Amino acid sequence: MTANKAWNFVLVGVGGQGTLLASNILAEVGLAAGFDVKKSEVHGMAQRGGSVASHVRWHPEKVHSPLVGTGEADILLSFEKLEALRFAEVLRRGGTAVVNDMAVVPVTVSSGTAVYPGDEHLVRIFASLDAELVMVPGERLAQEAGNVKAANVVLLGAVSRLLPLPEETWWECLAQRVPKKFLELNHVAFASGRAAVTTAGVRA
Amino acid sequence: MKRVLSGNEAIARGAWEAGAHVAAAYPGTPSTEILEELSRFPHIYCEWSTNEKVALDVAVGAAYAGRRALAAMKHVGVNVAADSLFYASFTGAEAGLVIVSADDPAMHSSQNEQDNRRFAQFARVPCLDPADSQECKDFAIAAFDLSELFDTPVLLRTTTRTNHSSTIVELGERTERAPRREKFPRDPAKYVMIPANARKRHPLVEQRVRDIAAWAEKSPLNRMEWRDRKVGVITAGIAYQYAREVLPGASVLKLGLVHPLPQQLIRDFAAGVERLVVLEELDPVLEEAVRLLGIACEGKSIFPLCGELDPTVVRRAAAGAGLPVDRPPLTVEQLALPELPARPPVLCAGCPHRGVFQLLSKKKVPVTGDIGCYTLGLLPPLSALHTCGCMGAGIGVAHGAAKAGIRERMVAVIGDSTFYHGGLPALANVAYNRSNVLTIILDNRTTAMTGHQANPGTGITLQKQPAEVIEIEPLVRALGIHHVVTIDAYDIDALEKAYKELMSHEEPAVLVARRECALLPEIRKRWVPLEVVEEKCTGCGICFRIGCPAILKSEELDPKSHKPLALIDPDQCTGCEVCSQLCPHDAIPTRDQMRLAEEHQPGSCPTPVSGGS
Repeated sequence: MTANKAWNFVLVGVGGQGTLLASNILAEVGLAAGFDVKKSEVHGMAQRGGSVASHVRWHPEKVHSPLVGTGEADILLSFEKLEALRFAEVLRRGGTAVVNDMAVVPVTVSSGTAVYPGDEHLVRIFASLDAELVMVPGERLAQEAGNVKAANVVLLGAVSRLLPLPEETWWECLAQRVPKKFLELNHVAFASGRAAVTTAGVRA
Repeated sequence: MKRVLSGNEAIARGAWEAGAHVAAAYPGTPSTEILEELSRFPHIYCEWSTNEKVALDVAVGAAYAGRRALAAMKHVGVNVAADSLFYASFTGAEAGLVIVSADDPAMHSSQNEQDNRRFAQFARVPCLDPADSQECKDFAIAAFDLSELFDTPVLLRTTTRTNHSSTIVELGERTERAPRREKFPRDPAKYVMIPANARKRHPLVEQRVRDIAAWAEKSPLNRMEWRDRKVGVITAGIAYQYAREVLPGASVLKLGLVHPLPQQLIRDFAAGVERLVVLEELDPVLEEAVRLLGIACEGKSIFPLCGELDPTVVRRAAAGAGLPVDRPPLTVEQLALPELPARPPVLCAGCPHRGVFQLLSKKKVPVTGDIGCYTLGLLPPLSALHTCGCMGAGIGVAHGAAKAGIRERMVAVIGDSTFYHGGLPALANVAYNRSNVLTIILDNRTTAMTGHQANPGTGITLQKQPAEVIEIEPLVRALGIHHVVTIDAYDIDALEKAYKELMSHEEPAVLVARRECALLPEIRKRWVPLEVVEEKCTGCGICFRIGCPAILKSEELDPKSHKPLALIDPDQCTGCEVCSQLCPHDAIPTRDQMRLAEEHQPGSCPTPVSGGS
C-alpha cells in the first residue's frame, strides 16, 4: 500500500444507524494498511435519535488530533441526507461526499415545526464546495443483499472504491468484525456498495 | 501486540495489567465503558455500585485490604464521591488506589463542564492527564505505582475526547500481585479519622504533596520537546494533540502529571523560550500555577475557557494571537445552507416513559426531573419537565417547593437506577418530613441512558451473576409511604386512574410506572409494528403530539380537513400501543385488534403457505 497520504474521514448520521461499527472498521482498515490511526465518536445522550458524528484519521507517520477540523475531511460519509447538509462544512474543497439516499425524518419535521430540505440542496451545496457528490442507495442494496441493516457495510463498500487500498484489506477487517453467519451477506453488501461508485478515487 | 483501543478500553487494560483486584463504578458518560471492559477480564472483581460514593468506598476498602483497586466515574460523580475522596486522601491505603474522573468538556452528555483537576488540588492528591489511549493505559499503570510509592489515592483524569477516541495501543501482560496484607489493618491512627488522628495526618498529607512535586521534576510522565524556541507551549491531556497539530514547530512542555507540578522544570522551560503559552482545555489550572511561580505567560487570553477545544478552535485562536500556526485558519465557507431542521435526541419509539409525560403534559403540573433518558421529557412536543440538576435532585427539589407553600401539587419523576443511586434518601426525607409530593418512579428495568447496565432492580450483576432484585414497592412502603400504586407504563387508562387516585391524597405518594426499555435485546425480539388505517385517520394530529419518532406524516391528506394523515414507520415502531390508546378515531389498531381482524378476513391465513402450482 502506498501509505504516503493522510486521510481524514467524517462519518455522520442519526443515532442507531450503525455509524460506530463503520468507523471501527474504517480505523482497523487504516491500521492494517500501515497507517497511524485515530478515531473519535460521541456516546450517551446524543445517541438517542440525535445527530451523531465519528471522525477517523489515517496518517503515514503520526496522527495528533483525533478530531478533523472544519474544511479538512477528504471524505464525508453520511448515512442520512439531512445530516450530510448539517456537516457539509467539514468537507475540504474538492473532497468527496458519499451520501446514503435515505431520509430519517426528525420529530421537528413530523410534528410540523420544520421542513425537510429537498435533494436539490445536496447537489447545490456540494457543488459550491467543488466536491464530488456520490449518492448510494444503501438500504435498497442492503435489502437486496439480504438484510436492510447491512446498509452501513454497503456504504463502506462505496468508500472503499475511493481509496487506493487492496480490496482484501477490507475483507479481512470486515471478517473480524462481523459474525460468521452474516459474513456472506456482508460481502455481498460491501461489493454492491463498491460497485455503486463509478468515480475512481478522490481528487487531490 | 498492537490494537486500536478507546481511551476507556485502554484504562481498563492498564488496570488489569497493573494487577488490580477490585474495580467499582456507577455508569456515566463518558466513563461507562471502563468497567464494562474491565469486567470481561479474569482475576478481577468488578461491580456496578449503587452510586459513585459507594463505588469509591468499595475501592478504598479493597485498597485498605491490600489489593489494588480502581473506582471510575464521570466528572460529576466525583462530586457525589467527594466526601470519600477527601478522607481517603488523609488515610492513604495499603495498596494502589486509583480514581478515574472522566470529565466532559462541551457537555456532550452532562449538566456542567467542571474541571476535576481542581479536585486534585482541593483533595491534595496527584492527578494524571493522558493525551491518547496509549497514555491512558500507561498512566493507569503509573497511577497505581504512584499511589503505592506515596501512600495516596491518585486521580486519573480524562476528558470525553480521550475516553471516546481510539488510538493504537501496545498491549502488555498482567503483573500478578500478591495481596500486600493478609489481614485487614488495625491502625486507627491512620484509618480512624477522628479529629485527634486527622490533625496528625494533615501535615503528612501536605508533605506528601511537596514530595510528589519533587519526584515530578524527574518523572518521565512530564517531558520537554525542544523545537523552535520562539514559542513554548505548556500543555497537557488532549490539548497536547491540538498543540502538536496546530503549532508543529513550537517547543512543548508536555505535563502528564498535572498536580502537583514540577516547579523547576517549568522554570527551565520558561527560561528556554521567548514567548510562553499555556494551552489547556477548560479552567486555567496550569496557567494559574505558572503565574504563581512569578512567570509571565499567556493562556486564557488566547484560548477559550468554555467548551471543548478542537483543531479549528485552537488554530483560529492561535493565529489571532500571532502564534506560528501550521497554516492559516480556513475562512468558513458561507455555504448558503437552507434552514436545517434540528435533530435533538428524542425519547425512542416505544419508550415506556412517553405515556407518563403525555399525561403530565396534559395535566400541566410542575415536574421536577432527574438524570436519565426521561430527562428528554422536557423536549417538545411533550415539554413536561421543568427542572433537572443532578442525580437524585428532583425529589428533594419537589419537597422544598411543596414545603415553601407553592399552590401547585409537585410531581417528581425519577428512573429506577437513579432512584437507587440518589433518590432513596430524598424519598425517605419526603416520607419523614411529610410533603404531598407525588414521586413517579419510571422503572424501565435497566440503566438505559448509558447503554443498559445492570442495577439493583435487574436481578443480575455486572459480571453476570444472579442477584437479589431489590423491589421498589416494599422498600417505599417501609419508608412509611402508604399510597403506592404500580401500573404498566404502556396502559394509558390505568396510568391516568392511578394518577388521579394518588393526587386525591394530601400525603406522600409514589406511582411506579413499570415497563422494560423497548431497546433491551430480549424486548426487541417482541416488536410488532402497528399500522394506521387510512380510512379512519382524519389527520387530527393527536398522535403527532406525543413525539414518537415512528409516527410520520403521510403524503396522503384527509379529504375533508386537508391535513396529512398519520403514517407509522414499520422499521421503528415497537407496537407499544400508546398511540392506539390515544387515537380518538380508532385508526391505529392494537396488536390484538390486528390479530382479530386478520382472523376474520376471508381467505387470510395465519401462517404463510406456498403458492399453488
